[in-house]
Amino acid sequence: MVGGAVLVVLLAAGATRAERPALRVGSKSFTESYILAEIVAQIIDETGEARAERRLGLGGTGLTWGALAAGAIDIYPEYSGTIAQAILKEPTLTSLDAMRAGLGARGVIVSAPLGFANTYALAVRRDDSARLGLRAISDLARHPGLRAAFDAGFLERADGWPGLQRHYGLRFADVRTMEHALTYPALAAGRVDVIDVFSTDGQLARLDLVLLADDGHFFPDYTAVLLARREVAAQYPQTWAALERRLGARIDNATMSRLNALADLEHRSFAEAAATFLGRSNAQTPRRRGGEIATLTLEHLQLVAVSLTAAIVLGLPLGILAARRRRVAQAELMGVGVIQTIPALALLSFMIPLFGIGQVPALVALSLYALLPIVRTTHAGISTLDPRLIEMTTVLGLRGWRRLAWIELPLASVTIMAGIKTAAVVTVGTATLAAFIGGGGYGTLIVTGLALNDVRTILAGAIPAAVMALVIHAAFELLDRVVVPRALRSAEAAAR
Amino acid sequence: MIALRHVTKRFGDRVALDDISLTVEPGRTHVLLGSSGSGKSTILRIVLGLLRPDGGDVSIDTDGAAGLPTRQIGYVVQEGALYPHLTAARNVMLPARAAGWTAERQAARLDALATLMELEPDLLRHFPHQLSGGQQQRVSLMRALMLDPPILLLDEPLGALDPITRANLQAQLVRIFGELRKTVVVVTHDVREAFVLGSVITLLSHGRIVQQGTLADLAQRPADPFVSEFLGAQAPPLAMTRDLRR
Repeated sequence: MVGGAVLVVLLAAGATRAERPALRVGSKSFTESYILAEIVAQIIDETGEARAERRLGLGGTGLTWGALAAGAIDIYPEYSGTIAQAILKEPTLTSLDAMRAGLGARGVIVSAPLGFANTYALAVRRDDSARLGLRAISDLARHPGLRAAFDAGFLERADGWPGLQRHYGLRFADVRTMEHALTYPALAAGRVDVIDVFSTDGQLARLDLVLLADDGHFFPDYTAVLLARREVAAQYPQTWAALERRLGARIDNATMSRLNALADLEHRSFAEAAATFLGRSNAQTPRRRGGEIATLTLEHLQLVAVSLTAAIVLGLPLGILAARRRRVAQAELMGVGVIQTIPALALLSFMIPLFGIGQVPALVALSLYALLPIVRTTHAGISTLDPRLIEMTTVLGLRGWRRLAWIELPLASVTIMAGIKTAAVVTVGTATLAAFIGGGGYGTLIVTGLALNDVRTILAGAIPAAVMALVIHAAFELLDRVVVPRALRSAEAAAR
Repeated sequence: MIALRHVTKRFGDRVALDDISLTVEPGRTHVLLGSSGSGKSTILRIVLGLLRPDGGDVSIDTDGAAGLPTRQIGYVVQEGALYPHLTAARNVMLPARAAGWTAERQAARLDALATLMELEPDLLRHFPHQLSGGQQQRVSLMRALMLDPPILLLDEPLGALDPITRANLQAQLVRIFGELRKTVVVVTHDVREAFVLGSVITLLSHGRIVQQGTLADLAQRPADPFVSEFLGAQAPPLAMTRDLRR
């Protein structure tokens, strides 16, 4: 009876949860995107049709758009210039209606503009602006003695420095590349005179800088909008209406800049910054730290343990097969080698169309990465065994699995374990990249820290990851005592 | 009985065996004598089925039944080829384990072989690297005898041992071959060892048989100047072995 009652309660609880389906909110991994996504998530929760599931801090446009297109997230903030150039790949497109048509064909809808544009701009110190008469970018052409510092991306992009220089006929005494967050202090300290900025950077509100007008209309427009899957508006009409009403033309450049400053400079959480905009004094959305380390450790350990296990289960037979057949070995080692040369972020982005975002694609990518050292050492360990010892197995009547399990694997165990240890330690490090596709783990802190340019947050993720690598290495050294036959260990010790 | 008829074997361009015909009678010890590269080890590997001859044929007949060759043949090589991760006992029992013997039967056979080889039972718990060269070879011979095969092939079994150990083991081998009445083929480059161990000797050079016969045949009626030359190079021990044989 009691059991039945409990069951009913549990079912009811499950049902209430099921009544509010999840809307998955994504963001890219920079402050503004995090804050906008938080605002969206909080509005979704307030409206009550659905509950927000946060998939924040995904890697760049490719990963985030890929996640939306694959249906792994439902909504995320984007910019018109990015839509035209990176998503639709029609750089000449300028009207939002044309973009709506292009995205509509892919089942994606576009909200009304949020009210600000995060475009590239050039900034100078206020005293220079007054002294040299710098009001617009064209004024810079008269002062070739100035020194500029640009972010690496700006320096290379066609819509960055190369195009700008041609468009305005600019020349500077010195143009250097510098990490974006560091250009502000360099400008403030008078070490450089001109820097590239995003027009909503938090630092603009704090430092006394002048943005030069783009009087030649060079920079493309980066008006902020929300992109959502068509079903969102159809299934959650109140939510979509609330987002349009409360965000459409409501965030101007100064407001966004202030919100960015809250997170970047005053070290408030993204949720708090979002709550400030929504007019709530204290955000009840929990912000991570302290207690979260335990959760992240568990997530990270899970990523490493599962992917390493999969790599061993897959890599050992592959390595054995390669040791048996020389032809197969060539193709196989080349195959796993090629996987290794794919940059981790690119491999992760390939996973999105196949597995969406979250832990699963991260696990698949990590397993593939861990494969090479395991296949390599298994192949090398078995194929370099003393041929006289292997020949003797035939004479003694040891065939098939017996030869493998009794002779070859034990004799190759020292080498194979070395490969597994390498894979384990490397996986702990690579697993931090899982955060870029919402896979969780220590990388979450590193990605957030990078967005905030907050070294302490980065270290809060990086140090535990390093510690975990050491602990896992030590654990595997202990495992050697179980896996590697005693005589081989002492023989190895004797050889030392 | 082991019979090779017109066996040839090439490794690339090199002719390793050229028209080899020889017969090993049951219960006899036959020595293949020759310097390195003469093809003697290749003959053993062909008999074992590890190599396939390019021409000719090989037949192995034990008690009239030509059966599974590997279960019928024990094999010992120079330096033993013991598995370093297994104790001496585990090495010896390996073929029986693969053949599915019960633990009791394996243990009983192990004891019997240790007695035969005069090996202290304590040593069987050691790993190969903890044993001397002579002990390793005796363990290796025990492993070859584990399934009691009618045929034993020994490839330079004493080649890596010091002279004293070597002499002791030679004497032990002569005794054991006499007791067990197995068909034995021993490969060696050592003339003295050949005369101590073998009743029939086949002298090989560059993949060909130069002469076949007893000690007396080779010494007194050399078929070829090479025979006298090969024996003469090791003349002093030859004189000694005459006495040993008597």
